[in-house]
Amino acid sequence: MTNKSRTFIRMSGLGGQGVVTAAHILGVAAVKDGLKCVVNPFFGAEKRLAPAESYVRIAADEIWERGEVLFPNIIMIFHPHVITLGKCYTMPFFAGLQRGGKIIINSDRPLDLREEELAQLKELGAEVYYVPATQTAVEAGGTALSSNIAMLGALLAVEALVSPEAIRDAIAERFGGGKFVASGTTAALDDVLKSKFDRLAQLIEKNMAVVAAAQGRVSKHHY
Amino acid sequence: MDPEYLFSEAPRRQVFITGSEAVAEAVKRANVDIAIAYPITPQSESMHLVGDLYDQGYLKDYYRGENEFAVMAAVHGASLGGGRVFTATSGPGTLRAMEMFPVWAGSRQPVVCAFMCRGVSLPPSIQPENIEMAMLLDVGMLMFHAEDAQDFLDMILKAYAVAEQPDVHLPVGVFADGFFVTHTRSAVLLPPDDLKLAAYDPRRAPVPTFDMETPPIRLVRDPLLNKSNFISYAANASWHQEIAAAAERARKHIRRYMGGLLEVEDPAAVVFLAASGTAVSQSREAIKVLRAEGIRVGLIKIMSIRPFPVREIEAVTAHADLIVVPEFNIGGWLAREIKAAIDNNRRVVGGPRVFGGMTMPTELIVNEVRNALSRPGTRQPGMRAGI
Repeated sequence: MTNKSRTFIRMSGLGGQGVVTAAHILGVAAVKDGLKCVVNPFFGAEKRLAPAESYVRIAADEIWERGEVLFPNIIMIFHPHVITLGKCYTMPFFAGLQRGGKIIINSDRPLDLREEELAQLKELGAEVYYVPATQTAVEAGGTALSSNIAMLGALLAVEALVSPEAIRDAIAERFGGGKFVASGTTAALDDVLKSKFDRLAQLIEKNMAVVAAAQGRVSKHHY
Repeated sequence: MDPEYLFSEAPRRQVFITGSEAVAEAVKRANVDIAIAYPITPQSESMHLVGDLYDQGYLKDYYRGENEFAVMAAVHGASLGGGRVFTATSGPGTLRAMEMFPVWAGSRQPVVCAFMCRGVSLPPSIQPENIEMAMLLDVGMLMFHAEDAQDFLDMILKAYAVAEQPDVHLPVGVFADGFFVTHTRSAVLLPPDDLKLAAYDPRRAPVPTFDMETPPIRLVRDPLLNKSNFISYAANASWHQEIAAAAERARKHIRRYMGGLLEVEDPAAVVFLAASGTAVSQSREAIKVLRAEGIRVGLIKIMSIRPFPVREIEAVTAHADLIVVPEFNIGGWLAREIKAAIDNNRRVVGGPRVFGGMTMPTELIVNEVRNALSRPGTRQPGMRAGI
């Protein structure tokens, strides 16, 4: 259910981009900031580049609802193909967006959205933002694998849902603590990440640099 | 240690974990001897994480079986041999292993198995729905349905305490809706790491432990079936009465450890949402919305599906005008169970139902209640009872 004291986020991306991990980090950060949060992913048989979505519900009060976020306040699109190739569980990509909702798209240039889509978005009072998240991840973090972290940076720039300190702690916990295994595939990707950044501290700092850089590279679409 | 201390008294700390991680946290504290896994999609990370527990020394043994049927047969053997066992399955895996579930019950083994309910094919869906529970209602195992990750953790631990009672000694399936619980990350309160259940004592079992080094081969080779059809069916029939009686005897242990077979919120309401599993969570949201509209709705959360809380539901709904039953399956097995339990079952509205992996939006439940209230002759709860 939707209501003003709650923020419901839908993250749409491609398998391997880290939408599940981004939701995980955001959720942990929200809890660290004393908020209530429920995070869940939706994907099919795990495979790279297939549509993958995850959902984050953040609120001050208890959240019971589970499953897909059908009426998001914020939609985060992790790859242009979600829109241009329709790699998405929901069509159009902004289906269910609440009035005055926000959309953050990872693209280094504005997408060629259809007239009718733009008209619908305008009618909804939607704020559309672009961020070159993959490019920012490569430049500031040295790897495109941090695109999901750049998307979190863009989110912070658009809506200060959680504190940057909480994001830092959540990143440290996600990549540093325990022997968390989301799946064999995710574990393999984590290992790639860890070998790219040889030390955990460096990994966290680089990711925070990605967060900061992405915050500065968000541009608002004007209808 | 008294298991009740672990269940409800020991100080807990809050963590933000998935349902699958909650399963591993339960197994970590359950003093399990052996876990056997068939970790394939659709499953969950849980048996993978249980494998990590073996690596850390929490289990005496762990291996991967050839398929779900083999796993369910293997945990049966380990249980016959006197071990405390754990495994998990899901959707198509449950169906593949089906033959073993009545066998667990028939040999009175306290196997605890987690079921991460998923759609069954065709067309393929690996997303959540709990139609497999309908297929397991009468195999003889006890069935608990977890609402969320917290329930999943607590119910698995409590399942051992109930299953291993000498007057019960039956398998327990602990069910949770796949994805909505297994893959969903939420706040969970964990008991301390250094507490665990006391070891399983097979000498308290009502059936003899098998020495697997020298198996009782006459039993295996010369089943009653080969002696006489009459002896075979007489034995089977009387034995299954005893299994049913053992499930009845579980009620008192479920009340003791789980606080009841169901939970009720706002028992004075005349309109109820009755649900199990994730549908309970979705109902809680719907009740908030309905109350904001001045419609007072109570909640019946059914935790034990087998044994089914027939008397409790009768008592709770004695004064109710309307009982709406949202479900994550097409068959509507919970609505059927409730309809069979109460008088004047026209009061029961089976729905909304979603399946194949669909989410159940709060609005769907709200609309179902509104529609049911608009049926001619239905008393309007908001006007009669204040909030």
